[in-house]
Amino acid sequence: MSFEPKILGIACNWCTYTGADLAGTTRLQYPQNLRVVRVMCSSRINPSFIFRAFQLGADGVLIGGCHPGDCHYNTGNLYARRRLAVTKKILEFSGLEPGRFRVEWISASEGNKFAEVVTEFTAQIKSLGPQTKFKISQ
Amino acid sequence: MSRIGVFVCHCGLNIAKTVRVSELAEFAATLPDVVVAKDYKFMCSTPGQEMIVNDIKQHKLDRIIVTACSPLMHEQTFRKVLTASGLNQYLLTIVNIREQVSWVTHDIEEGTAKAKALLNGAVYRSRLLVPLTSRVIDVNPNVMVVGGGIAGIQAALELANTGKKVYLVEKNSTIGGHMAQFDKTFPTLDCSACILTPKMDAVLQHKNITMMTSCEVSEVKGFVGNFDITVRQKARYVDHSKCNACLACTEKCPGKGISEWDESLVKRKAIYIPFPQAVPQKPIIDKESCTFFKKGKCRLCEKACEQKAIDFEQQDTFVQVKVGAVILATGFDLMDTKPLVQYGYGKYPGVYNALEVERLFNSAGPTGGKVTLRDGSEPKSIAILHCIGSRDKNNHEHCSRVCCMYSLKFAHLFKEKTSADVYHFYIDMRAAGKGYEEFYNRIIEEDVKFIRGKGARVAQSADEPGRLVVEAEDTITGKFIKLPVDMVVLSPAIVPRADARDIARLFNLSTDKQGFFMERHPKLAPLSTMSEGIFIAGVCQSPKDIPDTVAQAYGAAAEALTIVVRDKMELEATTAMVNPASCCGCQNCVRVCPYGAPSYNAEKKVSEINEALCKGCGLCASVCPSSAIIARHFTNDQVLAEMEGLMEF
Repeated sequence: MSFEPKILGIACNWCTYTGADLAGTTRLQYPQNLRVVRVMCSSRINPSFIFRAFQLGADGVLIGGCHPGDCHYNTGNLYARRRLAVTKKILEFSGLEPGRFRVEWISASEGNKFAEVVTEFTAQIKSLGPQTKFKISQ
Repeated sequence: MSRIGVFVCHCGLNIAKTVRVSELAEFAATLPDVVVAKDYKFMCSTPGQEMIVNDIKQHKLDRIIVTACSPLMHEQTFRKVLTASGLNQYLLTIVNIREQVSWVTHDIEEGTAKAKALLNGAVYRSRLLVPLTSRVIDVNPNVMVVGGGIAGIQAALELANTGKKVYLVEKNSTIGGHMAQFDKTFPTLDCSACILTPKMDAVLQHKNITMMTSCEVSEVKGFVGNFDITVRQKARYVDHSKCNACLACTEKCPGKGISEWDESLVKRKAIYIPFPQAVPQKPIIDKESCTFFKKGKCRLCEKACEQKAIDFEQQDTFVQVKVGAVILATGFDLMDTKPLVQYGYGKYPGVYNALEVERLFNSAGPTGGKVTLRDGSEPKSIAILHCIGSRDKNNHEHCSRVCCMYSLKFAHLFKEKTSADVYHFYIDMRAAGKGYEEFYNRIIEEDVKFIRGKGARVAQSADEPGRLVVEAEDTITGKFIKLPVDMVVLSPAIVPRADARDIARLFNLSTDKQGFFMERHPKLAPLSTMSEGIFIAGVCQSPKDIPDTVAQAYGAAAEALTIVVRDKMELEATTAMVNPASCCGCQNCVRVCPYGAPSYNAEKKVSEINEALCKGCGLCASVCPSSAIIARHFTNDQVLAEMEGLMEF
């Protein structure tokens, strides 16, 4: 059986989650490996969520927020952008393959972009194979 | 131990086609704390809702999971079901297996597997939910309408007639918008001014409307029910409280500016009213074209003014307005067709855009309603080119909706006012609207020629100097044609206002791909936005004709009224709170919050959050080094539990 990765998504309510809904409303097709947690703002995302996701066995983590400057909460995603950039460095410093963690700015009108990003990211994670660096075996 | 009820919706076949719903319900029944799990055709229908109510009673449920469409669609619907059953509404969890599962796959195995994972995550999260109490706030009864075109005017009048106070903000010196520039309106050919100017006057006379012309919104604070908006009153250099609208000043003014109103076809004075029926009838000075501002002397208007209303020292001022709801009706621009060099707009004097032609037809326009070219001669043949920049993947993909009809109107008016031959170059004729097809048929009878093919290029005639040649492929005959004409009218794409993105940012709206304001839901909430209390009407949402615009204005007024008619309203309870026992007093939260909700209590050495200001983004919770801040409904524990559930399957 081919490797079907588990990908955890965390999406902000106003842009990326709504964009994901739009992808559905327009019946775009994309792989079903992504499971999305909805938060109100990408700034809610604590780096510990991402580490935990990898510990839980996520093969990839995808974060989605509003485009910088378009945050529903004015400046939230600007803080998120900085924090997630640092998180990415720490993850890679700790030995995670660079392609497993991704941050994308997807607006409420970008259903197409959402589907494209998920498709592309899923393919990338498939080629990387299962994530073992952080996974805690149960 | 909680007692969870899981309710799986089929949504007809929308979900059931790619998710095995009964299998999903059986799976749910095996998950921890799930007491009852059912599936049903339409969970949002009355029988579906009643099923939930009955099961809450019968099984003493204390958590509800509805596995259905997006929470953005029906979270409110099902929250009400919980409230009606005596359960706290925040004990509801929605699992989105329609927009984010069944509609994005054709594979029932994949769909069912993903739905199970999502549901498992929801069960984990649901067990940790706690009841929350909504905040109750006072509602300001006033409304602001931004944009004084027909949409803004209509919305303002409706609201004012209900007794609510309305602030109508318009950036130009007169209200009226584009509709005031038109001569006739399709398909009835009634005169635009005759139906609009009485409404403009009604706005001026209405005791409940404060008209704020030459004004722009500069800052928006607060939230639904209590917006605190700063409006910039641009300097007019005329004190309107003194001006008696005698317009003696405009007669004496030697300045010459380009008339925006007449689409740059003619000049106007530097102190001016845009058109004779402008509301208010009081002039402003255009600094750019004023001799005094340019050269430091003149002041002829000041001498002519008996009221001593001219004030060259006037500065922009800022006005604070408090309202409970806002309607945005900021309208549109025509696409600038100059970059489409193949059509020669701005290069050949014989090429006009649609709004310029509206002004040529208008009896109050630059030619007094006579159709003449820039050299004063009457055109003998005219080509109208549809879809310039719209329905065009290289420019704007959308159809601008009104161009077919106004182009037909132009053809009629050209026939009425000249003896010219009139040719349409079109892709399809779109005449969907009451009386529109009939109007199209009437124009066909008027000896107007229709060429099915988009105008490809406008060039100067090689044989006849001064004449133009329209090149196109006639898609019916399959022949390439070159048609010599005297005048070319472009029907350009309707695009959002140049500053629409700035307005969207001020009011926290999303815009669509083209830059039009995004509605909350394309079908069921076309006038609401993702920002509570902010509504949209007219072309700022998407291109539409006057009847649709007016209908939206009525609708937006009713939507705004549903907020300001109340004395008090409930706000989301999903705010942040500080646990003082673990707060270290670092004040990270105070520094990052965009709303100033957290403050430092120096006496207790801890931060405190003002719930009235908190909007629940959760930023403070994730910058808190000691995890003292709890983002209600999105706590660390709740998010981590959901993740655990999602990763298990």
